[in-house]
Amino acid sequence: MPFVRWLRRNLVVIAGLVTLGYLLLPNVVVTVFSFNKPKGRFNYEWQAFSLDAWKNPCGVADMCGSLSLSLQIALWATIGATVLGTMIAFALVRYRFRARGAVNSLIFLPMAMPEVVMAASLLTLFLNMGAQLGFWTILIAHIMFCLSFVVTAVKARVMSMDPRLEQAAQDLYAGPVQTFVRVTLPIAAPGIAAGALLAFALSFDDFIITNFNAGSTVTFPMFVWGSAQRGTPVQINVIGTTMFIVAVLFVLAAMLLGKRKNKAV
Amino acid sequence: MTTTVTEEPAAPPVAKTARPPRKRGRLVPYWLLLPGLLWLVVFFALPMVYQASTSIQTGSLEDGFKVTWHFATYWQALADYWPQFLRSVLYAGAATILCLALGYPLAYLIAFRAGRWRNLVLILVIAPFFTSFLIRTLAWKTILSDGGPVVSALNALHVLDVTSWLGMTDGNRVLATPLAVICGLTYNFLPFMILPLYTSLERIDGRLHEAAGDLYATPATTFRKVTFPLSMPGVVSGTLLTFIPAAGDYVNADLLGSTDTRMVGNVIQTQFLRILDYPTAAALSFILMAAILIMVTVYIRRSGTEDLV
Repeated sequence: MPFVRWLRRNLVVIAGLVTLGYLLLPNVVVTVFSFNKPKGRFNYEWQAFSLDAWKNPCGVADMCGSLSLSLQIALWATIGATVLGTMIAFALVRYRFRARGAVNSLIFLPMAMPEVVMAASLLTLFLNMGAQLGFWTILIAHIMFCLSFVVTAVKARVMSMDPRLEQAAQDLYAGPVQTFVRVTLPIAAPGIAAGALLAFALSFDDFIITNFNAGSTVTFPMFVWGSAQRGTPVQINVIGTTMFIVAVLFVLAAMLLGKRKNKAV
Repeated sequence: MTTTVTEEPAAPPVAKTARPPRKRGRLVPYWLLLPGLLWLVVFFALPMVYQASTSIQTGSLEDGFKVTWHFATYWQALADYWPQFLRSVLYAGAATILCLALGYPLAYLIAFRAGRWRNLVLILVIAPFFTSFLIRTLAWKTILSDGGPVVSALNALHVLDVTSWLGMTDGNRVLATPLAVICGLTYNFLPFMILPLYTSLERIDGRLHEAAGDLYATPATTFRKVTFPLSMPGVVSGTLLTFIPAAGDYVNADLLGSTDTRMVGNVIQTQFLRILDYPTAAALSFILMAAILIMVTVYIRRSGTEDLV
């Protein structure tokens, strides 16, 4: 029975592809329903094909405002978390210092904590301090939970760096600043970029921590959450589809770029 | 060797030659650590202290809350909300097992069988991660809608009879049942399982498989005795990365479930943001944190991979 044998040999592939389908099915649905013309307020059932939402992506009140707010927060949170996280990662890999264990657990714990716990405790802090909830409290929270992920990404890269490259630079009369800018930073760059990308994605998509600490400020995920109660406009699907395509293109471009560089070396 | 990097954010610019290099080297790590760690101490560790103090306060919104060492809040919270706690553990556990069962073949496929498609498949695993997860979770409302193709197929195959008998679904409905919530949790945290699994599978030397074959091991034996044990670090970190966020999640239970599927995250959210009963919410959140930290510690100890951190 050649078919049974083929099936047995490729069972893993088939099971893997089923999982991949499970992962991608919602994205397919989001894309298809971005062309829907729903009858009621909710976009859950297919009615008729229409390009209305694509022609007028900002046609829903407040949606594009929340989107631009989310992008701004994600940008600043990425910058903040990447700078602070890269500094910590270099300190952890390159230097000896006291209380290393405590530092490591302080960085690990935010990743091992359910978001709702961090969200609730941060809100108690803000309430106790009498802080005005809004842009700044969201930004503070986002930098906090992105930081550990950046540290992990950068640390992995810096650890695999050959320290002799920097010694060589110094032997060739490069000053400390020059060595850092021309040797250390370029080698660490892929790790820093990966950390920054992760931070951006985490911040842009965060709902739970933002929901607790945003006050009356509405980010894009909070807009989607609200619309799940009031009625989901088709434009949400347009944004979701665009984000998916941009992400795929971005990652593809990054990979191709990396390949070219590897070949050049 | 370790003093070659100069990145002093707060140090004043001093003439290069005037500085004794050794002393500079000793202080650099502290300057590098200071801002980031300060951030984590003030906005991660300190809030935990505030939360602990809130959980033993009594009072009301109008008169304000005061610390009265009222530990009874904890017992009351557990007595009132133990079903939600239990549900969180059960749903998150079921989702974790499903993630492992679904994610392992895909991670294996990417690591050993994908060939030149490897990068593309990896991108397809990661890319949904960049689309708002709320939008994708809402899409499950369409997929699992009553009378939709998925529900009809499950019905025709009599799967729903079994799941209804188990109490996972309700007659012909999948939406607003535990099955829908578990399905959503599995979907949302699947990439967190696949990526660590892939990382540890990818490190396995392919020659080990050949060696096992040369020693007359069947593919099943090879997997059981060689591949799976070597992928244990990935299994451990994957299950942790899935279970922890799933146990605290309230989005899936809210969007895909009903009032009968509320998890502890839902209770914390309502207590904190709608009922404004801060002590109870803080106590619940503290219990959740303690429960997860204990479970994680025991799990890591037992699985013997302490270098995870």
